[in-house]
Amino acid sequence: MAPSTGTAEARAAEPQGEAAHFERTVARDQRIEPRDWMPDAYRATMVRQIAQHAHSEIIGMQPEGVWITRAPSLRRKAILLAKVQDEAGHGLYLYSAAETLGADRSELTAKLISGRQKYSSIFNYPTLTFADVGVIGWLVDGAAICNQVPLCRSSYGPYARAMIRICKEESFHQRQGYELLMTLMRGTDAQREMVQDAVNRWWWPSLMMFGPPDADSTHTAQSMAWKIKRHTNDELRQRFVDMSVPQADALGVTLPDPDLRWNAERGHHDFGEIDWSELKRVISGDGPCNAERVAVRRAAHEDGAWVREAAAAHAAKQEAR
Amino acid sequence: MDKDWPLYEVFVRGKRGLNHVHVGSLRAPDDTMALRNARDLYTRRNEGVSIWVVPARDITASSPDEKDPFFAPSGDKVYRHPTFYDIPENVPHI
Ligand SMILES: [Fe+2]
Ligand SMILES: [Fe+2]
Repeated sequence: MAPSTGTAEARAAEPQGEAAHFERTVARDQRIEPRDWMPDAYRATMVRQIAQHAHSEIIGMQPEGVWITRAPSLRRKAILLAKVQDEAGHGLYLYSAAETLGADRSELTAKLISGRQKYSSIFNYPTLTFADVGVIGWLVDGAAICNQVPLCRSSYGPYARAMIRICKEESFHQRQGYELLMTLMRGTDAQREMVQDAVNRWWWPSLMMFGPPDADSTHTAQSMAWKIKRHTNDELRQRFVDMSVPQADALGVTLPDPDLRWNAERGHHDFGEIDWSELKRVISGDGPCNAERVAVRRAAHEDGAWVREAAAAHAAKQEAR
Repeated sequence: MDKDWPLYEVFVRGKRGLNHVHVGSLRAPDDTMALRNARDLYTRRNEGVSIWVVPARDITASSPDEKDPFFAPSGDKVYRHPTFYDIPENVPHI
């Protein structure tokens, strides 16, 4: 292989300085790494995005976690336990990425449990039956995959690398959910109704996971320019709808949208108007489970304080020996 | 922030014959716990046969500000690469 010889003349012809170097790196589709110079706004945006993503993974353990003790078989229990453990892992990969930007992990947790930083609105809905576990795997993890696959090419290196690791694991999440639902659909009428009911409740909130419509999305243009976002909210939402329709057919459930139909002209499915006032309400704290989710996370943090202190004390004692 | 657990960088050898590769970081109270946490966090699916954990404060890194001069010694030594040398086509195995 020929070595790349960035000659002195070629370098001299390019605009110099840190900002130019940053712009050039992004424009060339190369990654920004932790010790590189970056604009303050880029750093702040990345910290906010990564922290919100990390919080979502951590809070996201709760709706499914409550079903671990009630899983109908040892097989389902083992699977669910592994899935929820993965979500904890995802949160930790992301906190690790946030720390490379100078964010402090304990400060991020403090912001989450005091309600100063947000997490995905989807986790503020309750899981009423075990079918919800399947539908979360299928639709919620499915929507997350749609969002996350393009983020594997995010311009910020540690975030992109965390996303690659996460995406590999999400595939198991979606498939176990879909398989769970197929099993229920082969069962009794009551079980099939349970699946349909769960689909009815989770479909619209899943579409909201992609965020507000492009027309109202404030950060999109800058994020696209910095290549920390690769597609608009509406593009990703459309992709998710198009993927989900044949999956729903194969499963034998109806997606709860009378306006959902194939549009041959567009080559996409048309779908009904999303209730944006509901998304606003849930984001601003007024969803069915917002208070509970944050309270549970806060209690876990506070109840674990003595463990953290004991481990630190033990470490200090060992070191003193 | 003194009571915070220190930051460790984690390196995993994917399989025999490969180098350890940096995979991320974690916080742990001591080396032993760092190793156990690294196993649970970064090798849940047989991603590794060996793990190193290193306190982040013990790592010395090149500074990006000095990037050009720091790596300059290798930049102008094209003769270190095999492609620098012209060998006639009819000479085999070289
Ligand atoms: Fe996840
Ligand atoms: Fe997941």
